[in-house]
Amino acid sequence: MSETPKISADDVAHLASLARIDIPADRLGYYAEQLEVILGAVAKVSEVAGDDVPATSHPQPLTNVFREDIVQPSLTAQQALSGAPSVEDERFRVPRILDEEQ
Amino acid sequence: MADLIHKTAAELAAVVASGEASAVEVAQAHLNRIGAVDGAVHAFLHVDTDGALAAAAAVDAKRAAGDKLGPLAGVPLGLKDVMCMKDIPTTCGSKILEGWRPPYDATVTARLKAAGIVILGKTNMDEFAMGSSTEHSAYGPTHNPWDLERIPGGSGGGSSACLAAFEAPLSIGTDTGGSIRQPAAVTATVGVKPTYGAVSRYGLIALASSLDQAGPCARTVLDAAMLHQVIAGYDPHDSTSLTDPVADMVSAAGTRDLTGMKIGVVKELGGEGYQSGVRQRFTEALEILSGLGAEIIEVSCPHFDYALAAYYLILPSECSSNLAKFDGMRYGVRAGDDGESSVEQVMARTRAAGFGEEVTRRIILGTYALSAGYYDAYYGSAQKIRTLIQRDFDDAFARVDVLVSPTAPTTAFKLGEKLDDPLAMYLNDIATIPANLAGTPGMSLPIGLAPEDNLPVGIQIMAPARKDERMYAVGGALEAALLARWGAPILTQARAL
Repeated sequence: MSETPKISADDVAHLASLARIDIPADRLGYYAEQLEVILGAVAKVSEVAGDDVPATSHPQPLTNVFREDIVQPSLTAQQALSGAPSVEDERFRVPRILDEEQ
Repeated sequence: MADLIHKTAAELAAVVASGEASAVEVAQAHLNRIGAVDGAVHAFLHVDTDGALAAAAAVDAKRAAGDKLGPLAGVPLGLKDVMCMKDIPTTCGSKILEGWRPPYDATVTARLKAAGIVILGKTNMDEFAMGSSTEHSAYGPTHNPWDLERIPGGSGGGSSACLAAFEAPLSIGTDTGGSIRQPAAVTATVGVKPTYGAVSRYGLIALASSLDQAGPCARTVLDAAMLHQVIAGYDPHDSTSLTDPVADMVSAAGTRDLTGMKIGVVKELGGEGYQSGVRQRFTEALEILSGLGAEIIEVSCPHFDYALAAYYLILPSECSSNLAKFDGMRYGVRAGDDGESSVEQVMARTRAAGFGEEVTRRIILGTYALSAGYYDAYYGSAQKIRTLIQRDFDDAFARVDVLVSPTAPTTAFKLGEKLDDPLAMYLNDIATIPANLAGTPGMSLPIGLAPEDNLPVGIQIMAPARKDERMYAVGGALEAALLARWGAPILTQARAL
């Protein structure tokens, strides 16, 4: 990764759609420019570590921390729904998920 | 009683325990101070006057009943708005959570309440803890009490400024890349990032889960140690919580002699890019440490030069995933739900309306770094650097007991100065990030003012994982020596508000 990748406004539009953020069209170029600068500065990560270096995803070597499968006190449905923008019949009410023809 | 607000937390606890003043009087004095100065400082996003006075009254009732009080009972505190507090607005500095009231307490919040600590309110922060200046707060920046035109550090600028402005003697911060330590450095306060896993993350709104760590902020090393003791310890609600017993930080903070202590100066953290007054005060601090009996040794951590680059891939990657839950469906704000649009469209509108520019930038960057075709080159390589940085720490700690560096490369810069240059902003964390990547603890402690601008400078003390008490020992000894030299706490020199 010696050369810095080029990021276009279209690339940002694609990433924004993956990330579900409706970035206005006139701001895409602004983010593209900044993303390119930041990527240029961080690209050096590929210069240093060879194949023999293992990856570390987490600072503490912990795996599969489980508890006994016993029912514990938790939030009531009313508490869990208390911050919801829209509620119906003790459920989160959301906009339509499937297109009508589906 | 006069001057309650200038007392340390340890002193206030003694005042309450002895009955010299009631916890309600202590709380009221601090609430009055907030009323008088927070218009200018803006350290708080929400002040919970009724809740604070009720908590204080409960401490007074307990004392009147003859019950034993905890070591910090009746002492007021500012809680960073990243921590959930039941029924109290918790925004994380973001519009997307405006008006949200959590249905539960974070473990840290619950422990503070159980200890009789009086939570005054929620402190300001960069949105979702992304930033080094609080300028990315959706509710406007916090101002540094040393100079109101300057930044108080970030992301925990509200938590540092409330201490320096004498609005609270204690606060809670969270540190993902320096958000406790850098604000402490630029306000002449004490901030500690404990070992990863030492303080529960349950109810801490996650930025980057493998890096986030909550910790104590205070005006003295002893106060930080006392607060550390309250919030640390195993929590079954957090699967990354350490099961180790909490060491005696308070006793360690009483250390005054460093004979036999080996202190490593990290070659890569200093020199070029560090302000001259920062280097000058740091060099003087090394002389003081040497005078206290410590042996000063230069050590090299060669991969620290790659820490910032690795961090700005790992953090955006984790944050793009963690922040996916803010979609306007289950809590917070929902935008553009016109009854016609699909759930995806409403989510995208909600997130565009609810997230600020820095959050958007990092989510896009993280989405890119995790994309097919780029994953190995970016995220994979960054994780390997994390291994190399851990090895650098291991090698260094095989030779020395603690490591030191300046906490931040410069003193507090002016509000607005770096807002349009994300890379320049990111460089503030260059010395603090390695400890987050390795999960090791770090403390920032004030060591004087830079001669060229009369603004605070901090020293960073880093210890091996699970050896947090060593930072309190070195910090306690250095603080006492500096106090003897100065004749008065450094914050007495801060601009009078």
